[in-house]
Amino acid sequence: MIKLIGILVVAVGFALRGNTLLVVLAAGISTGLAAGMSFNEIMTWFGKYFVENRYVTLTVLLMLPVVGLLERYGLRERAETLIQRAKAATAGRVLLFYTAVRQISVALGVNIGGHAAMVRPLVAPMAEGAAQARHGVLSEKTTEAIRAHAAAAENTGNFFGEDTVFAVGAVYLMKGVLETQGYPVSVWALSFWGIPTALVAFGLMIWRTWVLDQRIARESKPPSTTEAAR
Amino acid sequence: MKLLNLELFYIIAGGFLLLVAGRIAFDPTTGKRVGPALFWGLLAIIFLAGKALPPVVVGYMVSLMVILAATKQLTGARRWEVTAEMREAAAAKLQDWIFLPALLIPATAVVGTLFLSKLHVGAWWLLDSANLTVTSVCLGAVVAVAVALRLTRAPLVTPVVEGSRLVQAVGWAIILPQLLAALGGVFSQAGVGPVVAELAARALPTQYPLGAVVAYCGGMALFTICMGNAFAAFPVITLGIGLPFIVQLHHGNPAIMAAIGMLSGYCGTLLTPMAANFNLVPAMLLELKDKNAVIKAQVPLALGILAANMIIMYFCVYRF
Repeated sequence: MIKLIGILVVAVGFALRGNTLLVVLAAGISTGLAAGMSFNEIMTWFGKYFVENRYVTLTVLLMLPVVGLLERYGLRERAETLIQRAKAATAGRVLLFYTAVRQISVALGVNIGGHAAMVRPLVAPMAEGAAQARHGVLSEKTTEAIRAHAAAAENTGNFFGEDTVFAVGAVYLMKGVLETQGYPVSVWALSFWGIPTALVAFGLMIWRTWVLDQRIARESKPPSTTEAAR
Repeated sequence: MKLLNLELFYIIAGGFLLLVAGRIAFDPTTGKRVGPALFWGLLAIIFLAGKALPPVVVGYMVSLMVILAATKQLTGARRWEVTAEMREAAAAKLQDWIFLPALLIPATAVVGTLFLSKLHVGAWWLLDSANLTVTSVCLGAVVAVAVALRLTRAPLVTPVVEGSRLVQAVGWAIILPQLLAALGGVFSQAGVGPVVAELAARALPTQYPLGAVVAYCGGMALFTICMGNAFAAFPVITLGIGLPFIVQLHHGNPAIMAAIGMLSGYCGTLLTPMAANFNLVPAMLLELKDKNAVIKAQVPLALGILAANMIIMYFCVYRF
């Protein structure tokens, strides 16, 4: 039970809004001490796993120079202009379309997208541009909501397309865990049973993007227009 | 032998970080210089020489970085160095050509995954097939920089200057996913998982088929919320709850259980600040005021999908 102290440290740390890095380090140190490791031993594990997991940071890091350069030459502004030419576009529809592209491509085993490579330079500006074309200048609150939903579209498409059709990392992890316990399963069965959830996720995304469009319309309606219409 | 492997891209990223640190250290216009330069310099060394350094040294270096971040040594981001008018003028000049490098990133990922991964001369492979997704995306980033430089005729230093601006906008949060992955490793070394699985199995009515499904899907989501990673939760919850109750006690189908169980873990990922690379880093990248805005936008989705998972699993796992 005492080993769960790390989870407690994380919960309390996040609740008190402490620096997240410090909370995570403290959780690791307290858990290690509770499990009877020495301080140097804990540092060794942290160092080992930090080096092993460099690839987690790598893709974001390598994306920043090119995204920064393209932004310097007006990529985001151009993405907003481009989408304003499409009359049927709304912020919600842009995000729904992106979710679909992401789900299908990930299902086929190709990882296009990402928060740094696609959402910041292209998807979020396009969604904002589509909303601006319809509703004029957006409030800061509305812009924040559109951007947060753009990140949600990326995550939903990524997570709930992954385990379908083509077997990827997660499928092999499941197969490995089950086989070491004496349950041989085929990767096709594992992939196939990911499909119902993938469809549910997309269905919920249709609802969420519709709600977002409603919200944008509501928040950007100037209070005087209803008066003037009367 | 793989020509384009992870180590090569670690060196490119490390070199970039070293330039970022150098720019901060020698730029008299920035406020604090020592703290940020040290932070990015340490990260650069870990990227360049992580494998060669003793893990315990890296551990202390990481701790120093955490202390620098916690004592607010990394102050706010640098402002735009060019005005909005200049950017709009550049956009008008380049027209839609500006999209070419941006679209080359996903295009290279597709070509890399589907074709380049098969290229080899004897034992010399072009791409590292073990880390295909990551190496393809990295290759895309490098190709895109080259094309963007040619297209914009920008000086060679521009990607570093602009990249440095974005690195500082994201700030210390950029290492959070990596530190959380390390925490997951420490947790598993300390044996945290089995304790959680045992508690959950004892607290929930797993003697009923529905109870077992709810405990397993809910356990996957909850443990993922704690760990920030569904892959870490999967073996723990599957061995602790899934296999003993759904498969052995109630004779459920292990493939259906595992597939939907993992996706229930992803619902937890949508809900937790511990999954920093999916929820917190994007909030920094999109420059949101509320760091939890992405999680808040995802709550209805996550809860809806989790409920659907429990229903789908209950109606399928004992039937097929």
